[in-house]
Formats: sequence, C-alpha cells, structure tokens
Amino acid sequence: MIAVRPKLAVIKFASCDGCQLSLLSLEDELLTIARAVQISHFAEASSRLEPGPYDLTLVEGSITTPEDRHRLKKLREDSKLLITIGACATSGGVQALRNFASHDDFMRAVYARPDFIETLATSTPIAAHVKVDFELRGCPIDKHQLLEVIASLLAGHRPRTSTESVCQACKRRGNVCVVVAQNLPCLGPVTHSGCGAICPTYDRGCYGCFGPTVQPNTVALSDHLLSGRVNESEAAMLMHGINAYAPEFATEGQRLWQLAGLPKTLHSSLQPARHEEPSA
Amino acid sequence: MTSATESQESNAAVVWLPRAIFQAFLDLLSADGYQIIGPRIEQGAIVYAPLERVEDLPLGWTDEQGPGLYRLKKRADEAAFGYVVGPHSWKRFLFPPQTDLMRSKQTDEGWDMSPVEPADDKYAFLGVRACELAAMEVQDRVFMTPMFTDELYQRRRSQSLIIAVNCTSAAPTCFCTSMNSGPKCHKGFDLALTELTGGFVVEIGSELGRRFTDRLMLVPVTTQREQDAAAAQQQAVDQITRTLDREHVQSTLKNRLNHKRWDEVAEKCLSCANCTMVCPTCFCSSVDDVTNLVDEEVIRQRHWDSCFNFDFSHISGGPVRDQTRSRYRQWLTHKLTHWVDQFGTSGCVGCGRCIAWCPVGIDLTEEARILCEDPAVPEEGQP
Repeated sequence: MIAVRPKLAVIKFASCDGCQLSLLSLEDELLTIARAVQISHFAEASSRLEPGPYDLTLVEGSITTPEDRHRLKKLREDSKLLITIGACATSGGVQALRNFASHDDFMRAVYARPDFIETLATSTPIAAHVKVDFELRGCPIDKHQLLEVIASLLAGHRPRTSTESVCQACKRRGNVCVVVAQNLPCLGPVTHSGCGAICPTYDRGCYGCFGPTVQPNTVALSDHLLSGRVNESEAAMLMHGINAYAPEFATEGQRLWQLAGLPKTLHSSLQPARHEEPSA
Repeated sequence: MTSATESQESNAAVVWLPRAIFQAFLDLLSADGYQIIGPRIEQGAIVYAPLERVEDLPLGWTDEQGPGLYRLKKRADEAAFGYVVGPHSWKRFLFPPQTDLMRSKQTDEGWDMSPVEPADDKYAFLGVRACELAAMEVQDRVFMTPMFTDELYQRRRSQSLIIAVNCTSAAPTCFCTSMNSGPKCHKGFDLALTELTGGFVVEIGSELGRRFTDRLMLVPVTTQREQDAAAAQQQAVDQITRTLDREHVQSTLKNRLNHKRWDEVAEKCLSCANCTMVCPTCFCSSVDDVTNLVDEEVIRQRHWDSCFNFDFSHISGGPVRDQTRSRYRQWLTHKLTHWVDQFGTSGCVGCGRCIAWCPVGIDLTEEARILCEDPAVPEEGQP
C-alpha cells in the first residue's frame, strides 16, 4: 500500500454520465477503491469537490464548447495521469455525428433561440486537444476494465485491456456466432474487445460501442454485410453509430454513405486524427 | 448370473445397443461419476454441453453448412447424431478458454504462492467424431510431451471416457478423407457408435468401454446390422466433396511465402481469430498476472489467444507480424506444414470448422490449393 493515497478526480465534458455510473456500479469494490485512492473530485458521488492537482484523472465526455476546451487544458495541467473513459471521451461519442452534418441546421431544428447557444461545430475526443495517458473504450465502459485500469496504474504496470476483436470474447464464452448462424449484421470482427461480448450473448449483433480494433478490415466486413444482410445506408448507420468519429469507422461510414447515394462528408477542415499518440 | 453364452457374448468386439435402453446407458455413465458432455441445441446450433437425458440430444436435427454459413435443419427421422460438427470442439473442456493457474497472496512473511489445483472433472464425451479424435491426438502431442505436460489437460484427458460416433453423413465443409482422419473412427475411443434406425452398432475400443456394454448385457450385432453400419459409414465418405492435397501442400506451401495470394486473402480476412478459436487443434494461449486493487493478491490466468491478434507477436520494438497478410500466412503455414516439423503431424484434421465459422467464409482448402498451384509465381528468396 502506498502511504499517501493518490488523489482521484472524475471529470465530465459532453456525455451522459453513464461511464461515471460504471464506477459507482462497482459496489463490491467501492470501499476498497476508497481505501486505495482519495476520491477528491467526483460530482456524481459527492458534492464535496476538491481542487487539483490530481494524481489520476478519469475524463468522461467529448469537447463540444469553447468553454470545455479551455477547461480541459487546465485539467490536463492539473493531472499527473489523464485517462479517458468511454466512447465520448475517446472518439467523440454519438454526438460526433454532427461532424458529418451541418451543426447550424441541428441548432435551428432543436432550439427555439439558437443564438443563445455557444457551441463548437464539432464534437471531438479528448486526445484531439491534450495528451492522453490511457484510453478506456466502451459505451459505457466495462466496470471490470475500469477496475483493472485503476489497479494497474496503482500497481505501476500497463493495464490488461486486450486489443483483440469481440469475436474472441464471444468464442471463449461459448457463444454461437450470430453472423454465421443467424445472418445478423455484427461489427464484432472489427470491434475492440472489453465488453465481454454482451450483445451477441443475447442474440444481437455487436454495434461497435468499443470502437475499432487494431487494423480493422472494415471494407471486407461491410462488403460481406452488403451481400444480403443490409443495404448501403443500413451498413453506413452501423459504422456511424456510437463511435462514428473513430477514424476507421468514420472513413468506412463515409464510403458507405456515398455508395448509398447520400454524400455525408466531414467538415472540410476536419479529418479524424489524433492530437498525439496516447502513451499507454 | 453369467451363463456360458453370455460371457461369450460379452467378449464380442461389436455389440448392439437398442435405442430403447440408450437412457440406461446414460444413467450408468452418470452413476459412475461421469459428467456427460454431448451435443445439444443451444443458440441455434448444435453445441457441446452437459446433458443427462436422451431427450437432451438434438433428436431429428441436422446442420447445413458452407463457407461462413451454419443452419439447423429438421431431419426426416429422429436420429440423435444426424448432424456433422458444430461451433464447439472438445478442446473447450480439455483446454478451457480461461483457467486460473496460480494464486499469490501477500502475507507478513512475503508472497505466498500456490498453484490452483485443477478441478477434478471426470467427463464422458458423447458423440466424438473421427476428426475430433484425431484433433485430441494432435493436442496430446502439444500438451503431453515428455518435456512439458499440462497438468489440467493431462488429468482431464486421462480420466475422460470417449464415446465416439461414426459419421453417417458429411457437410460440404468436411474434408477428413484428405487428412486421413475420418470419417470412420479407428482408434482413440472407449466405445464407437454407428447410429441405425432403432439403435447403435457399438464397437468396443477399451476395457473401460466394455465395462458398460457388459453391464448393459448387450448382445453381438447381427451381420445384417454390421453391413448396414458399414453402408451408413460409406454414405459419409461418398458425401465428402472437398479435398486438400495434403502431401503436396505440406511440401509446397513453405516455398510460397511471397505468393501474391497472401495479399489477396488479406483483403478479405478480418483477422478476427474466429478460425483459431473454433479449430480443435489450435492451442495458443496467453498468461496474465491479475492484481487486485490493494496489491495483496495476484492471480495468474491463462486464456485462449490467437496468432491473428495484432499484439500476439509483440516483442521489444513492436509486433513481428504487423499485417493481416503475415498473420494469415503464419496460421496457414503453421497449420499445414510447420506443424509437421514441430509435432510430427499436420495441425489440420479436416473438420471444416474454420471454413464454416469464418464470418466472411474464407476457405483454407481453396487458399492452400491456389497457393500451391503449378505453375507458381516465381519465388523471390526470403519473405
């Protein structure tokens, strides 16, 4: 045990709070976590919010406003280790669908007085703005993976979060492949593992909430999907879901939208790119 | 009460097990402490899972298979073993997907390490096909060598009872005849059944197997039934259409390392590792030390891994096989050629699972054929 407990902060940007709830869902382990770290700032859990600096900062949500962009820069300065949790923080989240459309149109459709809204034209991942030390995938994140990340960082080693495909978790569980046996559209073969293959376990195709795995062959998968499973726009929507702005899904989704005859392109100034490689 | 005739009967190597007393046979297995693992319908497929009753078997069902395709289909009869092979293989039980190997606890005197004793599972594997018997022999050469013995594997393997079933039909994905591994079971079983209407022709493969046929007081099979069984087995042979030129591939594939086909297959391959997970001989695993939050306990875990994973060949400096092309090549050349150098046997038993369960239907027999075709593209030295 470390004599002085490291200070933990949980901070959110544009997000639904679901990933933070995964931390609170660690009911059996919460007391142990509180013994291992000093929870300094976690608005979802306590109204007692301490200022930085923090040893370990868990960041949820994407950057969608000028104010958040500024707040993030400050947070990075205040954080020894900064870890993103979830799809929003890691790839821009479902709200990054606006990156492929007109943000002004959306504002006019949703708000009676769009002139009161100050927001960026895009939703971008944390790593597009500051250096990120580790990215934890998922929508929401898997609580056991979160525990693994916290435990590993406290023990001083690299977290065990495999980059393998969802298929392997499926197979270890003994799941029968829903693509082969049921002809369901499934992103499992190109999706990063970590969820434990929840959806295929319940007879649904994977919808890619953990984002692309390493070197995902998205073109081969969508060619296969298009051979009698779904049409072009359905395949495009599958790619452009929770992790639409993850580079590999963004590119393939655009290709599919174009095949469907509905050109959906990114803002010209914007291409999915990392601020810098996260150093894990 | 043993009459002279009965004791003579019990020495017969081939006996008749009427369907009417098949449940009594299963009950004997359970009574002897065996957990019966056999075919059951789950999740739209015939998988291997614990069972106790004849009704648990996929009575009257069969499987339709093709590259990237598997469907259950009703049969015209009530056959219990009228399917081929499904997504599971017996390695799930002999070499489980995830195992705890060792536990370390921090005590006042330091770390206290203790191996995790493998659970004392005693399985009766019901419905093992010839290609699967061959696969077990292949894995024996990996897990039970004089140099290295996997305790869990050895324990489960040595105390398992094997009730094989001769195939009486084949799927379009089957090619065991090319790999000399089936469809008839020749060795490696305690009992081998051939299903006919009304019962099973049972070959006795071991004294352990005979203990069951004796207790059931099974009588020798009639010549007619023996002929019917042979005809049913021949039906499976006749239905096999897929081939792999085993010896040619074994000697040729290792000289095709720069073939353009590797690039072509990599365009289609998802590198998702499904083929290696369903393969009954693939044996790769990774070992991790999992710490708890307060660093007081560490569990050493082993889980199935795959050469298709990007990180699998990661060494200092990065992954050795950093493209799908090189990962597919590693898998195919190991399976079909280097396995022979390493273990004295091919790593492929012709069960066809990697063809059926590849989400995009890549067919290793087709890939091997194209890669080894003559005339080959000129080879340029090393990869």
